[in-house]
Amino acid sequence: MRGPAALLACLALVSAAVGASADAAASTAKPRTTLLAVERQVMCVTCKIPLQEAQSPQADLEREYIQDLVDEGDSEAQIKRALVSQYGPSVLALPAAHGFDLAVYLVPAAVVLALLATLALLLPRWRRRGRERPATVAAPPTLSAADEARLESDIARFD
Amino acid sequence: MRRRILPILATLAGACVVALLVYGVSAQSPNRTLDELVRRGDYPPAPQAARMLPVLGASGKRSLASLRGKVVVLNFWASWCEPCAAEAPLLERTQSTLQRHDGTVLGVTYLDASPDSERFVRRYHLTYPVLRDTTGEFAHSYGTDQLPESFVIDRRGRIVAISRGQVEARFLTRAVALAERS
Repeated sequence: MRGPAALLACLALVSAAVGASADAAASTAKPRTTLLAVERQVMCVTCKIPLQEAQSPQADLEREYIQDLVDEGDSEAQIKRALVSQYGPSVLALPAAHGFDLAVYLVPAAVVLALLATLALLLPRWRRRGRERPATVAAPPTLSAADEARLESDIARFD
Repeated sequence: MRRRILPILATLAGACVVALLVYGVSAQSPNRTLDELVRRGDYPPAPQAARMLPVLGASGKRSLASLRGKVVVLNFWASWCEPCAAEAPLLERTQSTLQRHDGTVLGVTYLDASPDSERFVRRYHLTYPVLRDTTGEFAHSYGTDQLPESFVIDRRGRIVAISRGQVEARFLTRAVALAERS
């Protein structure tokens, strides 16, 4: 009778120890990001400004929600997904890369490409003009014999 | 001719950027077509009625279309919105009345975390169903840009009255009576 009782007691102790260590592990899940890192990438949904600059009760609620997820060990991407599922895509500071929002990424790239194309077109033309101009400027003015004699006499007078 | 190409291209590019900006601004600004139609008495069908939205505090989804045949007071709200809290008791009273006439209030949360919405429901003892608009597209189709907003929908699924801002008892009484008649 003592044998099975002791075995049961041992089992109970082991299961309690395992449970306690699992609880401890859950409560001390290693954070993979910080509130600050996520705050920079999301918006305060009611104030329509970046969360890191927002001071409002709703901003505090969002921060609490993010902090809970950080404490649970969620990554940045997981937290952002959770935020989108709660508040919708407008919670993200950077718009999604599809639909009309794609213009945010495409327009600046298109403008840079257009500027580069314009430069590529205009630079050779400017360079050509630059090369042609000194040739015309470099040609010395021609003096008549009388003018040359007068110039020489003037210079001699100044000496 | 070659000299003219560059200014023409630059003008075209500038016009494209301006057109993009105009489109962006107009797409973001709230649509008031529904208000115009309701004002004229051309009751428009409720937009995106078939869209399935997650039920707050439960698993599963539900659509506005599933309430076809009932008078529905569709109310957009969020837990952080003070006028929403102020009108919550009135909507709960309306729900008691509507239930007796085979109607219902249907809450839709927008830009709100579900734990906060659930706390709000418990705090104001709301008994009517609440759905979550997680993308904002459902609210956007109603031109919703400020909370709260209420839309009274008749048994045929048409919007007969709109209240943008905190709803008033007089508005609800008149609009529900109109929805029941139409």
